[in-house]
Amino acid sequence: MADFETVTVETDLLICGGGMAACGAAVEASYWAKKNGLKVTLVDKAAMDRSGAVAMGLSAINQYVDLNSGNNTLKDYVDYVRNDLMGITREDLVVSIARHVDSTVHLFEKWGLPIWTDADGKYVHEGRWQLMINGESYKVIVAEAAKNALAEAGGEYFERVFITHPLVQDGKCVGAIGFSVRENKVYVFKAKATLCAMGGAVHVFKPRSTGEGFGRSWYPPFNSGASAFFTIYGGAEMTCQEVRFIPVRFKDAYGPVGAWFLLFKAIATNAQGGNYMLDNADELEKWVPYGKVKPRPANIRNWLMMLDVMDGKSPIYMQTHEAIQRIVDTAPDEKTAKKKLRELESEAWEDFLDMTISQAILWAATNTEPEVRPSEIMACDPYFIGSHSGASGAWVSGPEDLQTAETKDEYCWGPPHMTTVAGMFAAGDASGASSHKFSSGSHAEGRIAAKAAISYIVDNNEAPVVDQADVDALTAEILKPLDMFQQHKGATTDPDINPNYIRPTQFMYRLQKIMDEYAGGVSSQFKTSDKLLERGMELLTFLKEDSANLAAQNLHELMRCWENVHRMYQADAHMRSILFREETRWPGYYFRADKPNMDNDNWLAFCNCKYDKNNGEWTMMKKPVKYISG
Amino acid sequence: MPSYVIPDKCDGCKALDKTACQHICPNDLMVLDKETMKAYNQDPQMCWECYSCVKICPTQAVEVRGYADFVPMGASVTAMRSTEDIMWTVQFRSKEIKPKRFKFPIRRGVEEGKAQPFDHYPTGDDDLKSPTLMCEPAGLNTEKGPVRLDKIPTL
Repeated sequence: MADFETVTVETDLLICGGGMAACGAAVEASYWAKKNGLKVTLVDKAAMDRSGAVAMGLSAINQYVDLNSGNNTLKDYVDYVRNDLMGITREDLVVSIARHVDSTVHLFEKWGLPIWTDADGKYVHEGRWQLMINGESYKVIVAEAAKNALAEAGGEYFERVFITHPLVQDGKCVGAIGFSVRENKVYVFKAKATLCAMGGAVHVFKPRSTGEGFGRSWYPPFNSGASAFFTIYGGAEMTCQEVRFIPVRFKDAYGPVGAWFLLFKAIATNAQGGNYMLDNADELEKWVPYGKVKPRPANIRNWLMMLDVMDGKSPIYMQTHEAIQRIVDTAPDEKTAKKKLRELESEAWEDFLDMTISQAILWAATNTEPEVRPSEIMACDPYFIGSHSGASGAWVSGPEDLQTAETKDEYCWGPPHMTTVAGMFAAGDASGASSHKFSSGSHAEGRIAAKAAISYIVDNNEAPVVDQADVDALTAEILKPLDMFQQHKGATTDPDINPNYIRPTQFMYRLQKIMDEYAGGVSSQFKTSDKLLERGMELLTFLKEDSANLAAQNLHELMRCWENVHRMYQADAHMRSILFREETRWPGYYFRADKPNMDNDNWLAFCNCKYDKNNGEWTMMKKPVKYISG
Repeated sequence: MPSYVIPDKCDGCKALDKTACQHICPNDLMVLDKETMKAYNQDPQMCWECYSCVKICPTQAVEVRGYADFVPMGASVTAMRSTEDIMWTVQFRSKEIKPKRFKFPIRRGVEEGKAQPFDHYPTGDDDLKSPTLMCEPAGLNTEKGPVRLDKIPTL
């Protein structure tokens, strides 16, 4: 076996991940840990300043409920989220996050994040729930507060340590194991509670780009299913694994459209100038009640656009120049109009430069000036996230005080945001059925889960029992790809072509081809069927077997091996869940050709699933959707 | 490419305790070639073009060239980030379009490194079982008084 030192770290609370949810968890946990004499440890596979989905920055905060304005109530927010997810949502969790998110945003401002304000000092809203920010350093600032909090409370953080597996003993999570991507060290973290916040998954499906642009996914390529694997392998019940998120973005570079639709009130049309939201309105009847709600659900907006695409009416354009002209036309005189135009131009470019710089390059490279001509938009690739209009993640307990007589037996079994595995908490893109938390809500959920975890530790303050035999077996399994490469590399003259092993990049391509062709990827316009899924699952079984032959030349490649194993489990849960749900509920995200209609009588329910690592068996479960809003 | 290193400018961060671009890349792509003491992107097709390496490089040796499989040649977007703001220069493919320059703030009111995490607002109770988070309810806001957490379950 490869020569690795084992580093053992004992702590009270372990936070796995370094993104928005993990940083929220670090701040809140540190506050309560300091009061209760406990230790908090955070472990991140990258550098906290630029890790997770907000690494590049953001141009808006997409969840601010603004409860004190009197304009919005929690019920308004819950109505919006429930409708956007076609009725499938855990209202208790959505409310749990929404009732705290404003305080998280106010802390961001105290930590130095510039939030746009108007002449009266009030926040500038992009839309009803969205605030405009100068967000280039959003993540840097949030990470800074997290690191300072850990330092103040005597905690510590590890960067460039990649968590591969949870440690579970007698049904309880007792920590995590992984390895350094910088030196030959295996890390064993022993903890009284563990909070999983390692993001969602990209590159499970084949992206639209084929060459260098392969990495230009909307959600980042380094979010590779670590949370899904951690919770699935740990035996946690999972939810909404059939829900993938496919955002519509500017074509190819995936620049944000929110500011254009919401702030500038731009309209998207087909190549003939037709407005697909109006022209295809008859289709909305088919998906009532959700088809008729306003704003229209994200998947329905995708679907109406895709109908035009399938009708050959592409390209689809965001009419940027018309939107800008409409705003400029409201200026009282020419001088004000010129000033307004300059402001809008700057705002439009900042929107990209703050969060999707590639889109600015693409505009410049195609001589696109948004005030002069329109730009193409397109549905991206399928992604797995618990936030935005995605919903996949672990099934977590709701807070007790938010339950009704009907919900409490189904939705509350432990501290808030704990999974069905004792001591294992989840937040951000790791927790499911609580969509529309975005960056701010993920941070807030990290805080909620962290306080709950500290409370859990105080109530269950026993040293974690970790089975050394389990650690030894996992260590051998984790390092096996390095051994595989060393053992067989001499068998051929080209290390890429070797009949004894498979390297992680080709393994990823194989996974993506299966998902693309059988599970409704880009090339089939997101359409699949029971027979396609069954065949896809057969092919995935071969891939699973071959994962035992993954080979890694170095530590970087070892990380790539495990990232792709993580993706493979997300793929498995996804195909099983689409197959289990015998209807089409989210046209625009996926379409089941053999069950082309929504079936509210039978399927206004959650599809949950659970994996048993001891025998490799999955259990599929239907769980009731019960609303707390009446 | 997409991020690439200009050899004349890269000094391998010899004076620092770690190579800046290698330290920051969220996808573990930037590495230092110990023989030439120059950094490079080891797997360009996994690059998100997030510019973290560009922004952190102390010698401005890292730039980004648009993805060759869909971006026409000749344009560039360059960044100069200081502790308080960021300057962008956008050069178009057509030299007839005047390059655009933008300057945006990146933080406000708090010096870099000094974000104080706790105690911006009083915390209502010390009960680990209550839904009150640090700095709540006062931190929820403002003029119209605290949001009543106890009123929320009934919606």
